[in-house]
Amino acid sequence: MTDPTPQNSLRDTLAERLPRRYRAELRFRAAGLGAVMSAMAILLVLILSILNEGLPAFSVHNLVLPVSLERELVDQEGDASEASLRRGRYGAVLQNAMREEFPAVTDRRELRALFGLYTPLNSTRLMDEVLADPGLVGTTHVFRMPISDELDLYLKGQLVQDRVLPTTGRLELSEQDGSGVAISASAGFADLAGEMRRSIQLEADRLEVRAQSSRQAMQIADADERDRLEAGAARAQRQADSLIAAINAEPGWIALQGELPSILVQADGRILKVSALSTDGRMARGEYLVGEGDAEPVAVWSLYVIDTPETRRRVSDQVIAWTRALESRGRIERGFNHYLFSNADSREPELAGVRGALFGSILTMIITMVLSVPIGVFTALYLEEYAPKNRFTDLIEVNINNLAAVPSIVFGLLGLAVFINAFGLPRSTPIVGGLVLSLMTLPTVIISTRAALKAVPPSIRQAALAVGASKTQTVFHHVLPLAAPGILTGSIIGLAQALGETAPLLMIGMVAFIADAPSLGLEGFSQPATVMPVQIFLWSDAAERAFEARTAAAILVLLALMIGFNALAIYLRRRFERRW
Amino acid sequence: MTDALPHSLATEPTTASPTKVVARDINVFYGDNHALRNVSIDIPDRNVMAFIGPSGCGKSTFLRCLNRMNDTIEEARVSGSLCIDGREVYDKSVDPVVLRARVGMVFQKPNPFPKSIYDNVAYGPRIHGLARTREELDAIVEESLNKAGLWNEVKDRLLEPGTSLSGGQQQRLVIARAIAVQPEVILMDEPCSALDPIATARIEELIDELRKNYCIIIVTHSMQQAARVSQKTAFFHLGSLVEVGPTEEIFTNPRDPRTQDYITGRFG
Repeated sequence: MTDPTPQNSLRDTLAERLPRRYRAELRFRAAGLGAVMSAMAILLVLILSILNEGLPAFSVHNLVLPVSLERELVDQEGDASEASLRRGRYGAVLQNAMREEFPAVTDRRELRALFGLYTPLNSTRLMDEVLADPGLVGTTHVFRMPISDELDLYLKGQLVQDRVLPTTGRLELSEQDGSGVAISASAGFADLAGEMRRSIQLEADRLEVRAQSSRQAMQIADADERDRLEAGAARAQRQADSLIAAINAEPGWIALQGELPSILVQADGRILKVSALSTDGRMARGEYLVGEGDAEPVAVWSLYVIDTPETRRRVSDQVIAWTRALESRGRIERGFNHYLFSNADSREPELAGVRGALFGSILTMIITMVLSVPIGVFTALYLEEYAPKNRFTDLIEVNINNLAAVPSIVFGLLGLAVFINAFGLPRSTPIVGGLVLSLMTLPTVIISTRAALKAVPPSIRQAALAVGASKTQTVFHHVLPLAAPGILTGSIIGLAQALGETAPLLMIGMVAFIADAPSLGLEGFSQPATVMPVQIFLWSDAAERAFEARTAAAILVLLALMIGFNALAIYLRRRFERRW
Repeated sequence: MTDALPHSLATEPTTASPTKVVARDINVFYGDNHALRNVSIDIPDRNVMAFIGPSGCGKSTFLRCLNRMNDTIEEARVSGSLCIDGREVYDKSVDPVVLRARVGMVFQKPNPFPKSIYDNVAYGPRIHGLARTREELDAIVEESLNKAGLWNEVKDRLLEPGTSLSGGQQQRLVIARAIAVQPEVILMDEPCSALDPIATARIEELIDELRKNYCIIIVTHSMQQAARVSQKTAFFHLGSLVEVGPTEEIFTNPRDPRTQDYITGRFG
């Protein structure tokens, strides 16, 4: 083994190369694993973020109000006929119910704000309930309606920064000289008073620093600049002084002014908005937002701090106070957001749902499936099994492959020109959408079917031909069943692609606000509709913040639909494979 | 090789059996490739005829002419005269589907349909309408499996997929499938090349058995197999039929030097 024979040197080279080969193998496996892991991680992040965004939209806060359906309001004819019930003033019924909750509200503007707790569209829903059961007329009916989208977000903690502070000891509310006073036996406002003092002081210091830096800058600035800086410095100094003065204006009290958090004290059904806190933390003074007068001392009370200043949010302290009052009276319940599934699109987020888009998608997919799968499969069968191979079929093949690469919006243009303008089919309807999407799906189906047919071993064809089967018998008895799993997979991939398509539908008017769901019957095909991805697109563009969560929720519904589709594909494939 | 017919054709009938297949001047082209040149041969009934020769010599091509399987190859062209029982195979009036029911074929690799054993055998009779009732079909299936020597092995599991059988069993199943449509001629294209020696031996026994009722033509690369199972042997080389004669004679006393060379292993 000492002298290097040629054999030995070969062995040495091999041995030398071996670790390198192992390392290469290891690198390749690590790269593959890394790719899979990063893909999984991205997918996970995507799904988690959508879930995080969308899950809140699946629940909604409902106002549960006893509404008295007085005969003179809802049934003016007095005969409980449909025509009479349809003319009822259900809006007034709802307003009365709200007035009943807060009898102290009389001011016109305040009333308008109070009725803004729900959307007036709910009166139609109340009418539908009465129409369904005319026996309700004259009774007090417990009516559930979604609270306005912004308050729903507020109650979910998504609209403003707020917190509920822990409270101890007894609290007594009383009214003195038109303002409410809260007296806490255990100095429950002490922490809050300290916090407010600090933030006022901080704000005052900040203003003072700004005034000083302006003054310093004055010394090197030119004349014009100097005037401007001087004014700024004076203004900042004034603000700082007034803040300090507010703290010290009344000995023993801290007045809350300017951009400070709102503090609400809730006890014994009353809500007090705090405008001043005593320095010892025992007392708070302010105005009643809900309720009035003196109350017995109570042991259970709440302290809400809304950190976002009132001027910087869309819901006022008054509305929040009403909401909290209703909540404490058990008039607000959080429940499953069935409006999301039972309603079509709406301008009001709390009433908007995907029902219309879902039905539109189903109808469109039916048209797409019925057209593209049979035509695609038979085209592929003919091209693959029967057509002679010549220039003409080559041309067809090239064109089909090209068709698969055509941008989908072009199909939309074609649909507009041919189906709507030339054939005169109605716009925005599932039938036109389905036609356009089947044009788009056809190449996918044809290509995947041809691949599936090619994958059937020739030995099976030969076996069938050799026992005397005709060409057609060979294809339909043996080739097609063997190719079926592949055909199915390809078709479902094509359909899933069509299900997620938006661009071609832009052109044929399916991107539209459609507040009625199409019916799931034959006539539904020619009713205006939209589809899931378009609904998502529309909602993502909406101004209301509540649509954000609903967009994500609609994405989740679409994803569930896709997963269902794919699960069906896998199930069908398994079944076919078992049979064969 | 176009000068004369192979010598044995006109003379020396080795057995008393009548001639089943008569081929005259068969030429096959695959596009520009002249695959088979002027092949003329008589094949007797109730006999085993073996085709031997090196790879690419045209023996499989000729076999596929007999049931017009070459029709399925788009660029294949066949000329010449080929008669089975005196009827021209390439006549326009002949339907290849009917022809293939009369001329069964067994391929190199066992190719059962991915269906049950029963359905594999019953498929041919079904599409040709050979059985009117379920009982008749059952009888055909049993008879065919019996003839293929498979019945005892599969009679309890007729509904299991044909692909679950072993290679040798699959090949016998394929033979049963071919028999089930009551053919007159059975073509076998290297039926044992994918099988182990024991399975091969069983197939060879089966061929010997089937010889009593059918005209069997077998293409093989194994000279021993040709010697064991066939009564007549034809030697192909470069697309031409070089020599045909009784198997014993071809192996012991070939007339053509090329046959001699091939048999003794000098090329091939």
